[in-house]
Amino acid sequence: MNGMSLIVKRVTRYTVGLILLYGIYIVFHGHLTPGGGFAGGVIIALSFIHLVLAFGIRSAKKSIPKRLISIGESLGGLLFLCIGLIGLTGGFFFLNFFAKKGEPFTLLSAGTIPLCNIAIGLKVGTGLFAIFMALAVFKLTKEEDKQ
Amino acid sequence: MLELYLVMAFMLIGAVVAVGLRGLLSSVIAVGAIGLGLCVMFLLLKAPDLAITQLVVEILMLIILIRATIGRGVSRIKDRSSVWVFISFFIFSAAFILAASMAIKELPMFGQELMKVSKFYVDNALLKTGAANIVTSIILDFRAYDTLGETTVLFTSVIGVLALMRRKGRKKINERDEPDS
Repeated sequence: MNGMSLIVKRVTRYTVGLILLYGIYIVFHGHLTPGGGFAGGVIIALSFIHLVLAFGIRSAKKSIPKRLISIGESLGGLLFLCIGLIGLTGGFFFLNFFAKKGEPFTLLSAGTIPLCNIAIGLKVGTGLFAIFMALAVFKLTKEEDKQ
Repeated sequence: MLELYLVMAFMLIGAVVAVGLRGLLSSVIAVGAIGLGLCVMFLLLKAPDLAITQLVVEILMLIILIRATIGRGVSRIKDRSSVWVFISFFIFSAAFILAASMAIKELPMFGQELMKVSKFYVDNALLKTGAANIVTSIILDFRAYDTLGETTVLFTSVIGVLALMRRKGRKKINERDEPDS
């Protein structure tokens, strides 16, 4: 549980930022290119899992607070629901309520769709990372009981 | 059309190998190969959104499955496979090949609409939502209620995993609740 070798740790330091950046790119460009909130969120979760696998669970538990994961998970779901509920003021559920939806094929376009993508990406990333951490931490405590 | 059949044969062989192998780790890796074949199939059917999602979810599931199998003491399967396994394998793979070859012949060509609804989406998605990616405009604007349901499913599954895997709050069999007052 103390992580992998020195080579893996050193390579992880260089690659984990790029993977996280790629996930954020996929989330933010979900309305322009293939991808979207779910795929980008999974890539963000994978970057954190990469960190945990390389550096070991003990150091990851110290550096990543549990409260942050639970806040991210809840905030993503609530944000997505709130975007749907705000649409009720203009007529129906999930109304794309921006009057001018921006120039197509640019980053600031498509009304509420990028906001929904960000909410889903936050939710999926933190949720899947929470599942992985639950499985890994459970195994750790089981081994501690045996000792 | 030939490459679809090749990928399908690869996935079928992968599934048979995953069931037949004794080592649990090898089976997990064979399941990962099936997912990769599915990703290539989505790419050949011109659905890059699904291909990206399938690829990353497959990697995540592979990591979780490998962590679940290694070091749990269940790395090998003891039971011997009987004759009925082979018979059912031949029956089910023949049925699958028959159904899949009939289904692939009936696939619509790329860009050809089948229903009025999909024709409406293809014509009006850019005008009504302003999103260049039609798939995203469908799942987050026209069909956003479905996506809300999927989000609820994911939230429930995370809560379920955390509730099953927690350490605190577990009682022994004969333990009673502490009285509050």
